[in-house]
Amino acid sequence: MKKTKKKPDAAALNSVLVRRPIQRCFPIFIFPTFVAFMIGFLYPFLKGIYLSFCTFTTPRDAQFIGFSNYVKAFGDASFVHAFGFTALFTVVSVVAINVFAFAIAYLLTQNIAGANLFRTVFFMPNLIGGIVLGYIWSMIFDGVLRYYDTYLLAKTSYGFWGLLILMCWQQIGYMMIIYIAGLQGIPEDMMEAAKIDGANKWQSLWRITIPNVMPSVTICVFLTLTNSFKLFDQNLALTGGMPTAFQEGGEIINTTEMLALNIYKTFYTGANTRGMAQAKAVMFFILVAVFALAQLKATRTKEVQQ
Amino acid sequence: MKEKRGTASIILTCVFVLISIVYVMPIVEVAVNSFKANAYVNTDTFALPNSESFVGFANYAKGMTFGNYPFLKSVFYSFYITIVSTALILLCTSMAAWYIARVGSKFSQIFYYLCVFSMIVPFQMVMYTLAGTADTLRLNTPWSIPIVYLGFGAGLAIFMFVGFIKGLPLEIEEAAAIDGCGPLVTFFNVVLAMLKPTMVSVGILEIMWVWNDYLLPYLVLDRTEYMTIPIHIQYLKGSYGSVDLGATMAIIMLSILPIIVLYLFCQKYIIKGVAAGAVKG
Repeated sequence: MKKTKKKPDAAALNSVLVRRPIQRCFPIFIFPTFVAFMIGFLYPFLKGIYLSFCTFTTPRDAQFIGFSNYVKAFGDASFVHAFGFTALFTVVSVVAINVFAFAIAYLLTQNIAGANLFRTVFFMPNLIGGIVLGYIWSMIFDGVLRYYDTYLLAKTSYGFWGLLILMCWQQIGYMMIIYIAGLQGIPEDMMEAAKIDGANKWQSLWRITIPNVMPSVTICVFLTLTNSFKLFDQNLALTGGMPTAFQEGGEIINTTEMLALNIYKTFYTGANTRGMAQAKAVMFFILVAVFALAQLKATRTKEVQQ
Repeated sequence: MKEKRGTASIILTCVFVLISIVYVMPIVEVAVNSFKANAYVNTDTFALPNSESFVGFANYAKGMTFGNYPFLKSVFYSFYITIVSTALILLCTSMAAWYIARVGSKFSQIFYYLCVFSMIVPFQMVMYTLAGTADTLRLNTPWSIPIVYLGFGAGLAIFMFVGFIKGLPLEIEEAAAIDGCGPLVTFFNVVLAMLKPTMVSVGILEIMWVWNDYLLPYLVLDRTEYMTIPIHIQYLKGSYGSVDLGATMAIIMLSILPIIVLYLFCQKYIIKGVAAGAVKG
């Protein structure tokens, strides 16, 4: 039975003893999930791609029009603005979250009393849903800004920094957990060797700790990147895209609207723009897919090096 | 091995105590404000309730019926959808994953790669067509929406299960087969027991996702009849001209309480489960 000893799963696939009976139970084991997957993902996905080339108000009256939805989407000032806002927010939040999360993780692994308790506290906001988070913080920001006779929705910059604080509060704990796992994986003798060689704390941080947690850094950077880029619930609940502003062309745009929210609003604030909304969604998907592929490549190269 | 803790370490602990207090402040503020009358939430957000502003549990009582939709109904639907969807995902995807890992057919390979692919597709890409499809197939009730969750959430679950099953020794299943167990008996009596750690991780990830999910149920469910807690909260804040902030805070408090209690009791598993999903996702 086990002549081939190439890989463990090559052996697994060769075991007729196990494979055949399972294969006979196809309808029980895999069919229900497959049907649900077709309904919940595959069909909507393919139809979504098709509809992005159509004009429609409901999926039934779709008419093929080629690329004009994409052309319209590029000319949509609110979409372009949302892209810029999202890109800026993503860059700032990736840096902020990772720097803070790494600093906290580093300090918590320095043999501190109560480290577990602090870890529990920092992780907690992660469990609260985006909608609820948005309303908690909108209350707090409005409470603080009231001292300065203003409010959260008064300015675009308030919304931006508010969203950043919210995301930091939510995500730092999560990234901290990943960094702590990475830091604890560093062999202790390496640290001791550095100490014997006379390295001070600062040197061993830069020369040993950081190079050794690079895999964790890759994971965290990509996680924060996609989380920020795809942000929806928090954006909707905290500002909902407010305040509005007039563009030069006379168009009204929501200045704190991110891509996901912009796509949502294009779909549901009128039936005429749905084709364009679906085209925006396809482009959004392609951008997210590019990030994912970049991550895959980055992790692969890391694995080769080690 | 452990060094003695010096003064620097004590200072650091104190600093972390302060940061932790700041960190839990937002939640404390929600709790405090849920006992204040509406007008005071706005004007004195950070003041403790005094004899004037303190209203006891009136906000909680009001929150129950606030917005012409009984809050307890939303709570019930949230619990129901979360529990049934998670159970369905765990059962179906673990079985499918075993099939994929042990049967190397073209079908199972293609299905596996489609699942991996589905993990990178943002919800906005499929939301419009998914809502339409769910509506046509009458998956727009709390009783049938778990099927939508199974379909859209299958990717991550199958990915994690397959990865784990491929590392399991085949000899145990072979022994079960030789002893005369059919695939169903083998799966439920032998494989399932070995899958437990991954079950916990996947289960926690799915619970967190479904419980907090807003957009999918908002678009799929028939909103005039069914709401979940996130939809309820968004509905109160979003579509009411004069929002009763006190009552909203009471509702927010009620909605995060179950999660925090669950977290305090099994934080070890939750942290591990969420981290496992992150590393693989």
